[in-house]
Amino acid sequence: MDVIVIGGGLMGTAASFFLARRGVKVTLIERGRVGSGATIASFGNVRRTGRYLPQLPLAHRSRALWGEAERMLGRDVEFRATGHLRLVFDETGRADMRRFIEAARAWDFEPEEIGQNELRARFPGIGPDAIGASFAEKDGNGNPRLICPAFAAAAQKLGARILEEQEVLEVARTARGFSVTTSAGRHGADILLNTAGAWGAKLAARFGETVPIEARGPQMGVTEPLPYRIAPVVGMWAAGRPNGYLRQVERGNIVFGGGAERTHVDLDRTRYAKADPARLPGQLAALLPLVPALANVSVIRTWSGVEGYVADNLPVMGASATTPGLYHAFGFCGHGFQLGPGVGDVMAELIATGKTDTPIGDFDIARFKGEDAAPIAG
Amino acid sequence: MSERVVIVGAGPAGIRAAEVLTQAGLRPTVVDEGMRCGGQIYRRPPEGFTRTAEKLYGFEAEKAQALHASFGRMLAEERLAYCPQSSVLSVAENGLQVLTAAGLHHLAFDRLIIATGATERVAPVEGWESAGVYGLGAMQIALKSQGVALGRRIVLAGSGPLLTLVAAQLLDAGADVATVLDTSSLATQMRGLPLMLARPGLVARGMAMRARLGRRYLAGVRLDRIETSRDGVEAIAWSHRGTSHRTKCDAVGLGWHLRSETQLAGLAGADFRYDDTFAQWLPQADSMGRAGDRLYLAGDGLRLLGADGAQITGRLAASACLKDMGLPFPDMRADLRRMQRLDRFAAGLSRAFPWPAEAVRRLPDEAVVCRCESVTAGALREAVDAGASEANRAKSLSRVGMGRCQGRYCQLAGAEIVAARAGLAVAAVRRLRDQAPVRPAPIGALSSALDPTPAKSPSDVAS
Repeated sequence: MDVIVIGGGLMGTAASFFLARRGVKVTLIERGRVGSGATIASFGNVRRTGRYLPQLPLAHRSRALWGEAERMLGRDVEFRATGHLRLVFDETGRADMRRFIEAARAWDFEPEEIGQNELRARFPGIGPDAIGASFAEKDGNGNPRLICPAFAAAAQKLGARILEEQEVLEVARTARGFSVTTSAGRHGADILLNTAGAWGAKLAARFGETVPIEARGPQMGVTEPLPYRIAPVVGMWAAGRPNGYLRQVERGNIVFGGGAERTHVDLDRTRYAKADPARLPGQLAALLPLVPALANVSVIRTWSGVEGYVADNLPVMGASATTPGLYHAFGFCGHGFQLGPGVGDVMAELIATGKTDTPIGDFDIARFKGEDAAPIAG
Repeated sequence: MSERVVIVGAGPAGIRAAEVLTQAGLRPTVVDEGMRCGGQIYRRPPEGFTRTAEKLYGFEAEKAQALHASFGRMLAEERLAYCPQSSVLSVAENGLQVLTAAGLHHLAFDRLIIATGATERVAPVEGWESAGVYGLGAMQIALKSQGVALGRRIVLAGSGPLLTLVAAQLLDAGADVATVLDTSSLATQMRGLPLMLARPGLVARGMAMRARLGRRYLAGVRLDRIETSRDGVEAIAWSHRGTSHRTKCDAVGLGWHLRSETQLAGLAGADFRYDDTFAQWLPQADSMGRAGDRLYLAGDGLRLLGADGAQITGRLAASACLKDMGLPFPDMRADLRRMQRLDRFAAGLSRAFPWPAEAVRRLPDEAVVCRCESVTAGALREAVDAGASEANRAKSLSRVGMGRCQGRYCQLAGAEIVAARAGLAVAAVRRLRDQAPVRPAPIGALSSALDPTPAKSPSDVAS
């Protein structure tokens, strides 16, 4: 069996690695450089709190792989299980938090609830106006810049072909499977895996499958380095407030995101998303309640990337509903970073064995059957 | 209502651009980081300082005073709006984000003239990350603005007109300049001479200044390392004609000619090409300085022609701006003719005082390349071996260029090391993408600003 993977983001590079590890012949085709679309603009949150509950088994599988990443990939991708702290600022937020904690138990996930005093004692300086928090101690963060090159290099070592800077021009069914023509040549394979992110719906459409998707760019930024004091990823039970989040890396910089609406990206006109400086002041105002001391710190860099948001805010994952041998894993709606290793592993399992024990039925592309092909509005 | 023209930079280019626009009856806005107009070359000390223009600017005193006076008149007659001590952080939709002492402002414009000048071009030398190592430009600014010599016993090293000029100015001010180490050999300097003779007066003046340095000045030097302790610089080790030397000092000034300040132009949409003459990435513009839709560039940020060239390109950009607005514009043919001479001279300078590409490529693994993030040449080479043969990917994997300076002071050296390791031409390594903010932006000032386009709805839960 051989597989062509289209799209070298986190899903594509991880799937290539796990396929190669199963002895499958893999060719990954990426238009730019691996990890330069959505992954590079990811916040780097390895979090399970707040997720769509039926996604938790996949998230658990992925979390286990994050823990093994360094050993598995032969290099440090800066995964640190520093915990995920989510602050509560009002009763609505507290109710949301408690509802989640209660319901997540059935899915083998048990973040703890922390009261106001304990929050002050354990996390001084963080959220002084917060009235409580949830804390998931086994979650944490990783480095979005490093993960894709690491998966790609490890896959390559196992025999996968990683083709960068090759644009896919044509994809066709053949007697054998699929033929993919790129700007540099033609490739054939039995199986095609679509991990093209925000562009995934365009590729699916070639096979008569409709996915209502919109491309958006998150607003990301980083501060100057400071003494390393904030270990956990810090977010909030926003409950209608602008939802900011931040994490400090060991070198001392604080990476932040959220708190500002994502920009619309017109894929017919551009491959890139830009951070909008006009949204930065509002975003920073949303972040300050998390760590008010940041008022005296400077932002030194901002960026964005192209993410695919599906209408129901859930990804597309699994076998094609129209075409045997075609598989999809795209449209992770800005919450794919934690899931990435798990998605790669599950897709490899599904392709190599025809089944997986991890439930992914809710992400079946067939859920959009019969829908209008027009993309949703922002 | 007439169109709003904003000029960024109040050096020679920005001042002359403002002049042309005000003469046409427009009222431009000039945004500048300095406390007073003049830019770097004609930088003025704070009010009340008593060093004379002759002392500050030497032969250039008259030109400096003329520019200052012109700007002063426009200001007094209220023919322009002036925002001193203001940093442009980024270009937002039809406006600039400007950080002033009072906070963040959104400055809307219809046309933008960018005249952000240049800094000294610094190449890494082992030990350059230590306290006590300065850019030549920084040393000159401290002297010009505050009358301060940075260091009790100073060594200047690098190459280019600034090396000789700063040495002479420090000596005039009574500083102890131990030695002046030029990495360009006399033979190399002679190769630039024919083109430099396009401006014979400047050549003669440079030679006279050089003569005053006497035996302090040495050409064709190899810089081996800056020796440091916890207290800063102790000495600089260097070689000349096969012999090793060590000069004790407590300050080193480094610089290899200049580096255009282009980040804002990049954010405003300018395209770039690698310029072999200047050995750096420069924005592309037509002969008048048009670099994009309603975007004009002038001065050393366009290309390195010095103060005289900046005055001309400032006028050209403003003239193009007027023409594009359908307004009467001054005849620029004489200026365009003078530009040819300045371009020849600039090419000669670059040839005579080249960027030390080979020395950078040979840096030992333990030498720091990116000072902001403390990344060594060895770590960068490892990133290249891990697949990073392109500047942005190398930044991503190694962090070279990720710090406060946004790659201003390490991009060129980093590209040489990547190119050498990957076996590529330096242009093939490409340019770092520009990322806002241009200057570190204090969160408190930004978040308290009246946000012109606040988030319309709470963002979704994804993170």
